[in-house]
Amino acid sequence: MSGPRLSLIDMARRVARDIPSGAYVNLGIGMPTLVGEVVSPDKEIVYHSENGILGMGPAPAPGEGDPELINAGKQPVTLLPGGSYFHHTDSFMMMRGGHIDVTVLGGFQVSAAGDLANWATDEVGHPPAVGGAMDLAVGAKRVLVFMTHTTKAGTPKILPLCTYPLTAAGVVDRIFTELAVIDVVPGGLVVRELVAGLSREELQARTGARLAFADEVVELVPGAV
Amino acid sequence: MIDKRVGSLPEAVAGIGDGATVLVGGFGNSGIPVELVHALLDEGARDLTLVTNNAGSGETDVAALIREHRVRKIICSYPRSSGSIWFEERYRAGELELELVPQGTLSERMRAAGAGLGGFFTPAGADSLLAEGKEVRMINGRRHVFEEPLHGDVALIKARKADRWGNLVYSTAARNFGPTMATAATVTVVQVREFVELGDLDPECIVTPGIFVDRVVEVAGS
Repeated sequence: MSGPRLSLIDMARRVARDIPSGAYVNLGIGMPTLVGEVVSPDKEIVYHSENGILGMGPAPAPGEGDPELINAGKQPVTLLPGGSYFHHTDSFMMMRGGHIDVTVLGGFQVSAAGDLANWATDEVGHPPAVGGAMDLAVGAKRVLVFMTHTTKAGTPKILPLCTYPLTAAGVVDRIFTELAVIDVVPGGLVVRELVAGLSREELQARTGARLAFADEVVELVPGAV
Repeated sequence: MIDKRVGSLPEAVAGIGDGATVLVGGFGNSGIPVELVHALLDEGARDLTLVTNNAGSGETDVAALIREHRVRKIICSYPRSSGSIWFEERYRAGELELELVPQGTLSERMRAAGAGLGGFFTPAGADSLLAEGKEVRMINGRRHVFEEPLHGDVALIKARKADRWGNLVYSTAARNFGPTMATAATVTVVQVREFVELGDLDPECIVTPGIFVDRVVEVAGS
């Protein structure tokens, strides 16, 4: 879709600004992983990986590292000083039990009530897979969704109600897309930030759910996020 | 004298019968007890129910069991990984039953089995299709779904070191499901990189106490 929009890296930078120093953070597989690469080095963040790591560091140099030290996306990672290993049940206790401050998840659809669908589509005959998405969605203190505003075909992904199977109901706090930053509040959706050059009407036209706008909507300038 | 060490992989998996429920440790390619699974393949048990996070990839371990028609049902959270060709093949052909479980619920169901509990209520999945047919209860204003314990006849796991009592330490993120699975099976079988003398493992750092372990086999370089 043409028109003003943030690049993927701008989107990741914008999400990263919402992660406070000192936070325990779980980044979902795929686009959310990018956020870890652009968080300000001034912040001390402890990254959690569902397979039993706190204090996860960046990928090792090529040819180095431990082949069994991987992240949730099965990519090789490292452990920072102060990091720890623990078993799966403890790891999911952290996730489900409200010990993770922020999670950034991808999304297929988000509803006006903050319902999240990010594990299954309506594709028939495709074997389903869920992983840790449901535990993370219900358990993290703050759930940020990092996704494109529409599908590749232009269909809205922010809807009055999700049509895909739910991951969890009423869990999303904030949605970040290439067009806007949108909060889920008790009355519905409130646009806090909007990409420069896009009108409110154009944003609404690409959104299935009804949008309200904050008193002061901040402009998101591509290349200067 | 207590000595849980066995001298060979066939001895380690001896007695696993047709129809057994087998817990297999590992996450992706991290912590998979590859040699034990291959020993199980050679041992020949069929009609197995496997409990494992992923459904194997490529041609080895869990994927090989599926390829060789040894698996009737798989209970897992994420069967669809890159290279999970045999799972997809058998699943699409209707030859393999899948019970999909959220990852934390999978682990906690085994923990419940190991802890002697009758199950638990979790919010994970309570609003989803995976709660269909299960009891849902409002607890503190939130929907929770009842999940039953998940017990194994056998657990196959991988650790780094063991002593003859079966005390275990693991290696980085390869620990994953091992400590929980060790508690949840009638017979827990462990492959380790090396045996150490009793007393060599720091008691402050032993991750799985030997009470949860039945057999250990050394697989150098694993």
